[in-house]
Amino acid sequence: MPLLEIKNLHASVEGTEILKGIDLTLDSGQVHAIMGPNGSGKSTLAQVLAGREEYDVTEGEVLFDGKDLLALDPEERAREGVFLAFQYPVEIPGVSNTYFLKAALNAIRKHRGLKEMDAMDFLKLVKERMKLVQMEETLLNRPVNEGFSGGEKKRNEIFHMSVLEPRLAVLDETDSGLDIDALKIVADGVNSLRSADRGFLVITHYQRLLNFIVPDRVHVLLGGRIVRSGGKELALELEEKGYVWLEQEVGVAASPTGAAVGA
Amino acid sequence: MTTLTEKSAAEAAAADRRDAYVAEFESFRVSRPASEPGFVSDLRRRAIDRFAELGFPTLHQEAWRKTDVRPVSQGSFARATGPSPVPAAALAPHLFDGALRLVFVDGFLAPELSHLDGLPEGVYLGSLAAALEAEPERVEPYLGRHARFDDHPFVALNTAFFADGAFLHVPRGTVVEAPIHLLFLTTVEAAGDPVVAYPRNLLVAGEASQATVLETYAAFGAGCYLDCPVTEVVAEAAAVLDHYKVQHEAREAFHLATLQVRQERDSNFFSHAISAGGDVTRNDVNAWLADSGIQCTLNGLYMVNGTQLVDNHMRVDHAAPHCNSYELYKGVLDGKARAVFNGLIHVHPDAQRTDAKQSNRNLLLSRGALASSNPQLEIFADDVKCTHGSTVGQLDAEAVFYLRSRGIAEDAAKSLLTYAFASDIVQRIKIEPVRKDLEEFLFERLPRGEIVRQAV
Repeated sequence: MPLLEIKNLHASVEGTEILKGIDLTLDSGQVHAIMGPNGSGKSTLAQVLAGREEYDVTEGEVLFDGKDLLALDPEERAREGVFLAFQYPVEIPGVSNTYFLKAALNAIRKHRGLKEMDAMDFLKLVKERMKLVQMEETLLNRPVNEGFSGGEKKRNEIFHMSVLEPRLAVLDETDSGLDIDALKIVADGVNSLRSADRGFLVITHYQRLLNFIVPDRVHVLLGGRIVRSGGKELALELEEKGYVWLEQEVGVAASPTGAAVGA
Repeated sequence: MTTLTEKSAAEAAAADRRDAYVAEFESFRVSRPASEPGFVSDLRRRAIDRFAELGFPTLHQEAWRKTDVRPVSQGSFARATGPSPVPAAALAPHLFDGALRLVFVDGFLAPELSHLDGLPEGVYLGSLAAALEAEPERVEPYLGRHARFDDHPFVALNTAFFADGAFLHVPRGTVVEAPIHLLFLTTVEAAGDPVVAYPRNLLVAGEASQATVLETYAAFGAGCYLDCPVTEVVAEAAAVLDHYKVQHEAREAFHLATLQVRQERDSNFFSHAISAGGDVTRNDVNAWLADSGIQCTLNGLYMVNGTQLVDNHMRVDHAAPHCNSYELYKGVLDGKARAVFNGLIHVHPDAQRTDAKQSNRNLLLSRGALASSNPQLEIFADDVKCTHGSTVGQLDAEAVFYLRSRGIAEDAAKSLLTYAFASDIVQRIKIEPVRKDLEEFLFERLPRGEIVRQAV
């Protein structure tokens, strides 16, 4: 059974349709990249998968491990093993990064019938996972994302992911705004978490990230539809020819600007 | 629409109630001990005369426009004539280790519940009534000289009717290390009119002295009563006074309080007020910065739900140059609760180099809750830095979603964010047991508090 099956997914926000029939199947152990220009619906797809209520799913279905994902609340999805690394991680003053993560982990463990992790074991786990993303220990004791630099926020997302150990990780433009060093750190973190029982949906505007996280499949999203899918070479082709090429090829005015694939 | 007849009928009723208090004063006056100093009798007389002129406030008056005190002005309350017996066990939820403690019941000192072991020599801490009897000269320079009753009917009533309260006098250069806890319990009568208590406190920190005072207001029993306290604070030159007030009154109670602060040169007054209980709460907080180099911090947190109303009326007078005042009041409103914040900063012509900041932030957890915020600046000096701001908002949906997407349940996520909003004030409280107690209160008050406790 596939880990994730998206069938004819339509979604709109405030009456405007953004996703216009997405079909995608992701097996456990795979990394799929979703590329597309701004405004093509990439982030909407990520938010719909995570359960953001502002988006209305008007048609289609999403199966996670064969179960109806759309019927679940966001927290239930997280406990089932869905993780969204936010494009813009939210600052939460007054809530400690570590303690919050502990509460999240224990909510997930409880759901899976595991006993809550005690403070000692949790600290051990956290210290080990921090190394994956080369996160400074001071960021643990600070409020969630508060005053973090852009790169620190993105690393913190991967750190959360590494502690929560999801079965499906959706990375929403985790590469945007990162310099090459930070990008490598994030990619290394993701690569170290790749495993046979985990799938990744890597959403990006740029091909660059895919040099470091090599995908099994690449899908191009234009105007709310996947207009082309292929192997990792598709990303390189896009890099070379730009989104406009594909827009002309498939006859979709995908984005208002017809943005090129930047680097 | 209110017809003229209805209005005049209401006015007539209010006038009747006013007259009842004035009449009550006559029987109160004759019951006073013969030893009461003349300046106190005079003060009481002037206060009741002023009350007779003012009457109860109405919604037509600017300062009371959003706070309906008719349940108080039209209600009938019985003035307590002595402390009702309260078992020591009833105090337990309100106590802190390591504090000096005075307990007042219905506005009267209950010595058997109090303890003052380790009070430094020369410090007066005890009953105001006893001080007026034994050392009136120590009280006279301060009492009633700062809390003005000419435009505040409830200050006038307190001044006319107070029986007792706390008097603290820290002499020059003395440091009182242990926090001083003043606990005010009002009893709920099973039958008859509910009680009215008028605690009157006078806190004087002498030159270069230091003390920490916590006032707690709570109920013995559950039900209605009227608590009408006035606290006058005098911080003399270079004194440092930390002041906390925790208002945990019964949910049916009325709490109409005034905190009047007078600061002298280079003094530092640092205040945190928490309002949680009560049906109608009105806090008037006024600070007069009389000389240069003063620091004045007035922070507050109110957490209300149901049909509670809480009104914080602040006034800071910068009467001298080079003074700083900081005000941060935060509110969390749920149900159909209402909050009023009125903050005035008045900078007098001489008060150059004033630095005054005021902020009021409200978090509405329900559609039925309502907060109104009215910051005001009156500036008569030209070289000043004054800022004020107010916000009324809901929980950030993006933040709620972020937390939920990590597996935290919706109600817990909301509680966590609410805690984070409120805890900013709580974390500034320097007395650790008080801070812990308030954190615990927040955990208990919030849905899924156990998750919050784990996550902060």
